[in-house]
Amino acid sequence: MSGVSSSWSVTEPSKLSKWLAATLVLAYTLITLLPLLWIISTGFKSGPDSISYPPKVVFEPSLEGYVNLFTTRTRLGAEAFAALPPPETWYDRIVRQSGMVIAGPSRFGERFLNSVIIGFGSTALSIFLGTLAAYGFSRFKVPLKDDLLFFILSTRMMPPIAVAIPIYLMYRQLGLSDTHLGMILLYTAVNISLAVWLLKGFIDEIPREYEEAALIDGYTRFQAFRKVVLPQAATGIASTAIFCLIFAWNEYAFAVLLTSGKAQTAPPFIPTIIGVGGQDWPAVAAGATIFLLPVMIFTILLRKHLLRGITFGAVRK
Amino acid sequence: MAEVVLTGLSKTYGATQALKDVTLTIPDGAFVVLLGPTGAGKTTTLRLIAGLDQPDAGDIAIGGASVLAETPAQRDIAMVFQQYSLYPHLTVRDNLAFPLRSPMIAMPEDQIAARVAEVAQVLRIPHKLDNKATALSGGEMQRVSIGRALVRNPRIYLMDEPLSSLDAKLRADLRIELKRIHSDLGATFLYVTHDQIEAMTMATHIGVLDQGRLVQFGPPREIYENPVSTYVASRLGQPRIALLPADAFGPPAQFGAPEGAAQIGLRPEHILQGEGPSALVHRLEHLGDQTRLHLDLGPHRIVTLADPHTRLGPGDTLLIRPQSPLWFDAQGQRI
Repeated sequence: MSGVSSSWSVTEPSKLSKWLAATLVLAYTLITLLPLLWIISTGFKSGPDSISYPPKVVFEPSLEGYVNLFTTRTRLGAEAFAALPPPETWYDRIVRQSGMVIAGPSRFGERFLNSVIIGFGSTALSIFLGTLAAYGFSRFKVPLKDDLLFFILSTRMMPPIAVAIPIYLMYRQLGLSDTHLGMILLYTAVNISLAVWLLKGFIDEIPREYEEAALIDGYTRFQAFRKVVLPQAATGIASTAIFCLIFAWNEYAFAVLLTSGKAQTAPPFIPTIIGVGGQDWPAVAAGATIFLLPVMIFTILLRKHLLRGITFGAVRK
Repeated sequence: MAEVVLTGLSKTYGATQALKDVTLTIPDGAFVVLLGPTGAGKTTTLRLIAGLDQPDAGDIAIGGASVLAETPAQRDIAMVFQQYSLYPHLTVRDNLAFPLRSPMIAMPEDQIAARVAEVAQVLRIPHKLDNKATALSGGEMQRVSIGRALVRNPRIYLMDEPLSSLDAKLRADLRIELKRIHSDLGATFLYVTHDQIEAMTMATHIGVLDQGRLVQFGPPREIYENPVSTYVASRLGQPRIALLPADAFGPPAQFGAPEGAAQIGLRPEHILQGEGPSALVHRLEHLGDQTRLHLDLGPHRIVTLADPHTRLGPGDTLLIRPQSPLWFDAQGQRI
């Protein structure tokens, strides 16, 4: 607390400055949302509309992009195409319009599921390990505590991709290449330093008196941690989880290098869509749109915790 | 309900020696009050007994057995913290029920509800039971914090200035309530306070701490009437004891001073008015039930009591002389 209170700190901001602030925020929001709007709208355009110049703002919406994203299609000879029975479903119909038939489902579903398993799995593991480590560093006398914390942080001092080759070789040797477990462990290793440092900051802010009271009230250290510390660290855990998920979800380089089939995530898969039958921008945009959804939903779900801020504690300072 | 015995307890925090060789027996069913200024080691004593910190040396026995190896939960004690330490994510009701739901006690929920209601009644917070702990005033938080100790029936209650932030009326009521709980349950209390009224009215024994040392331990009257040093004498008594050079009233031998007396200690009852050297009335304080006289005796200032209906005013003179005062040597030790 600063002992000096100046007059300007207590005056209500003027109407003009409020308007100015609101305009700036709105402008910034529009600028950041524009690429997103572009992606979402392109996903609903037809192939020709998606590459027209100048870009079409008003267009006839089409689900072609989404259908193409989830299917593989083949072109039949003219008489074979004419001999087909009439299309049975709406997506059959859309594909027929461009003179093709559905050959089968695409791999997008699997790749998306891989992203979900690896992204959320590594986030959960990072948070679990990070919370326990952060609590230990925050509350106990750990030998060489500062050195250990620095060591944990130091893994962030180079771009993770700098160790791509050793990891590639190690993973080949260990049979972790192209496995869910391998990718979860890798993303956890990268995220854990962020998790430990962020969560330690949050846990340091929780007064020890709460746990001491719980210890006296008949709880063990671990029970006190679970019943008293965890609920109060919820805000910190939520924001840390969002950071971890965003990294694991968006990671591209390792995913390209270490996954090719079974455990391939969506980021390396989406660019390959473009190669199927020409430059299919609507399908790419549809893939990107669906890819955005989980992080968005996760963030919205945890928003309450993010906004709640630091608990107004019941400890007299 | 148990006797608590501290033997040769010492504790340092970094460079500060918080407790030095404290030996103290808290008899079963006693209400022991620890007095001393900030930093004297009062809170440290509570934390060591609670098991929140480990002593560097010495032993703590509760009910005849050493508890040093036990966790705070196993020691079966209840503690009221100076910083209320209510669980901010729980309601008042859940805060009060928290100790009863612990694996150590695991009381059935219907009994918990009854117990919580009972304690809430005593502390006059039944209407606040469904509030979040953070939505209370300071005084209400402190009451909930006391309540969280009272729901249990531990071997000893440790209380760290539990009434310090309550208003005078509530403080007086809770003083009586705590005293009632003490006598009804026969519970053992170790109670830390700055407030001498709390100390005098509630304690069966008072322990005075000075920089980590226990300098005197005994019943309140003994601490008040028979202090071992100027330090202990200054802890109790309103107005505070006046400490003057032994010859402030003339040759000390005249008033029965023992050999080596360097200071004379005067509580209001040690001052006989109407005889002896004359003192100048400097100021009067009418407190309602008592009137305090601020007197100048030569260069010395003495605060004593006057008849509530006194006609004295500033500038008047008054004859005073010591009457069986307390004598201390140059080091402040009683002789």
